[in-house]
Amino acid sequence: MSKINQIEGKAVPVEGNDIDTDRIIPARYLKEITFTNMGQYPFYDERFDAEGKPKGHPFDLPQFQGSHLLFVNQNFGCGSSREHAPQSLMRWGVRAIIGESFAEIFAGNCTMLGIPTATVSQADMQKLQALAKEKPATHFTLDLDKKVLLADGKEHLKFDIHESKRNALVNGTWDTTGILLANAAKTAEVAKKLPYVSGY
Amino acid sequence: MSKGTLYDKVWAAHVVEKLPTGQYQLFIGLHLIHEVTSPQAFDMITEKGLKVAYPNRTFATVDHIVPTKSQARPFQDNEAEQMMEAIEKNVKNFGVSFFDFKSGKQGIVHIVGPENGLTQPGMTIACGDSHTSTHGAFGTLAFGIGTTQVRDVLATQCLSMDALKVRRINVTGKLKPGVTAKDVTLYIIQKLGVKGGIGYAYEYGGEVFDAMTMEERMTVCNMAIEGGARIGYVNPDQTTFDYLKGRPYSPAADKWDKAVAHWKSIASDKDAVYDDIVTFKGEDIEPIVTWGITPDQSVGVNDKLPAVASFSADEVKTVELAYKHMELKPGQSIKGTPINVAFIGSCTNGRISDLREAAKVAKGRQVSKSVRAFVVPGSQQVKLQAEKEGLDKIFTEAGFEWREAGCSMCLAMNPDKLQGNEISASSSNRNFIGRQGSKTGRTMLMSPAMVAAAAIEGKVADIREVMA
Repeated sequence: MSKINQIEGKAVPVEGNDIDTDRIIPARYLKEITFTNMGQYPFYDERFDAEGKPKGHPFDLPQFQGSHLLFVNQNFGCGSSREHAPQSLMRWGVRAIIGESFAEIFAGNCTMLGIPTATVSQADMQKLQALAKEKPATHFTLDLDKKVLLADGKEHLKFDIHESKRNALVNGTWDTTGILLANAAKTAEVAKKLPYVSGY
Repeated sequence: MSKGTLYDKVWAAHVVEKLPTGQYQLFIGLHLIHEVTSPQAFDMITEKGLKVAYPNRTFATVDHIVPTKSQARPFQDNEAEQMMEAIEKNVKNFGVSFFDFKSGKQGIVHIVGPENGLTQPGMTIACGDSHTSTHGAFGTLAFGIGTTQVRDVLATQCLSMDALKVRRINVTGKLKPGVTAKDVTLYIIQKLGVKGGIGYAYEYGGEVFDAMTMEERMTVCNMAIEGGARIGYVNPDQTTFDYLKGRPYSPAADKWDKAVAHWKSIASDKDAVYDDIVTFKGEDIEPIVTWGITPDQSVGVNDKLPAVASFSADEVKTVELAYKHMELKPGQSIKGTPINVAFIGSCTNGRISDLREAAKVAKGRQVSKSVRAFVVPGSQQVKLQAEKEGLDKIFTEAGFEWREAGCSMCLAMNPDKLQGNEISASSSNRNFIGRQGSKTGRTMLMSPAMVAAAAIEGKVADIREVMA
């Protein structure tokens, strides 16, 4: 499993608080039984009109194509637990998300996919979104080892990230199945002691 | 840090190991799966050559994509049919119990678990669905997960988790007539906000919760996640034990006393320490209606919609978007807002007691000609019980459609959808833009009795005036 220490690239800003996972990916796309096509759908209803023409959402603007960082505001990813939401962002090209705050389930899903969810203050996010809009060619580097964000190679600001999530990413232990399986014997012991498992 | 709470006790009993990352490996006592978030997880374990580690701790049903007009196969929607075939194949190949249409137990996953006695105090419960918090009503740690985590539970019966803080939410006193559990949960979300619960488990308590039935507690816990809290729970008490007695998967009679003793032992201690405590008065709560695009954008039914200036600067954008989307204006009354659609159902309010309350309103009245109204029981068992009580006749005579069990228009992954900019009175849990199947569709959340009242009046109405 790969260690994720640094994520580099341009950043795409998507503004607004409480952007829920229904807005990130409308439920009708959840009827597909694989995640393969999800990269076509992020923010679909906010990006395209009834005829399928782009409405000028940042995900369709030429200057943000190829971005790997996503800048968002508060409570991003609230609502449904659908992993289709981070899957759709990842398959569009997002490798890291920086925001003011994240919904719990969404952030957990991101970690499972190796996508860091880093947080900064409201004031810092306003500056970051402004920078991404005004100078979209800015090359950002999210350094998970030092917990700093660089802009064009210079230290720009410090960010926070849940320490256990950071550890999982930088140590390459974010794909958890193997780690959990390794404790199968201990799992069986814990299970045996639970009254509802042993039959009270 | 919290100490001596139900959260702390149940967490400690289920920790397998502290992992090198600092997260904890947590044993999951009950894993519920449905057709939408499980097929990719089964594919992942198949790719890794793994089996389901504890197949008797996973239970499956189908709810999100099932049509509610007819459960006949094959479904008209090819994608839905494929999804159905995938879960049928997976439960067969991996030896998982399946509450399918033929079982008579199919329904919304969060209704099926409790009504069959699968959900028991002291369990950890995970499901690829955010409304898993519903099961917290029984004193469980129950939470939604994504598909890659579903993979982990299938393969190992464990998850890698961070501990949450615990906030005690007291609601004291008594509720006024016409005020329901739905209003209590909407009120808490209105006061603490949709982000207020991030990082917390909510422990609900106080006289109002003590007096609630299990179904009412489920309604409140169901929407903990709408307040940002991944887990919401109520400590188990006699109401819990009485509900569980005699259900198919409940402990047998000869084990009952031991089970109850255990359940009592996991309730929060009298001197438990919480990370935060908030207290509300039951008497302050009115029947509540949402007017916006997040579940905290709500008012009492007799209140005027708030001025944009009354919100903090960082909320203004969301509030302006909400007014634009909802085609509503600050200062106007929510009462009297005309509706096009009335939806009674969902994991929040699709249980028998919800249908009984709505039927009281529907009885002897007629749905307004301008309203498309339908009632969707939360499970086949709820449907059967309602029909035994004649509720289906009350609804159909009043002009409501009577449907088959499923998630229906809560999330519109099935034929039940809003059209264009239709506005609904809905007993579901989310008023997000596009949630009910049309990107310009609009949703007002309220209690099932208030939805029935709106259906009759053709507009948002105060249940107390309609029933007077």
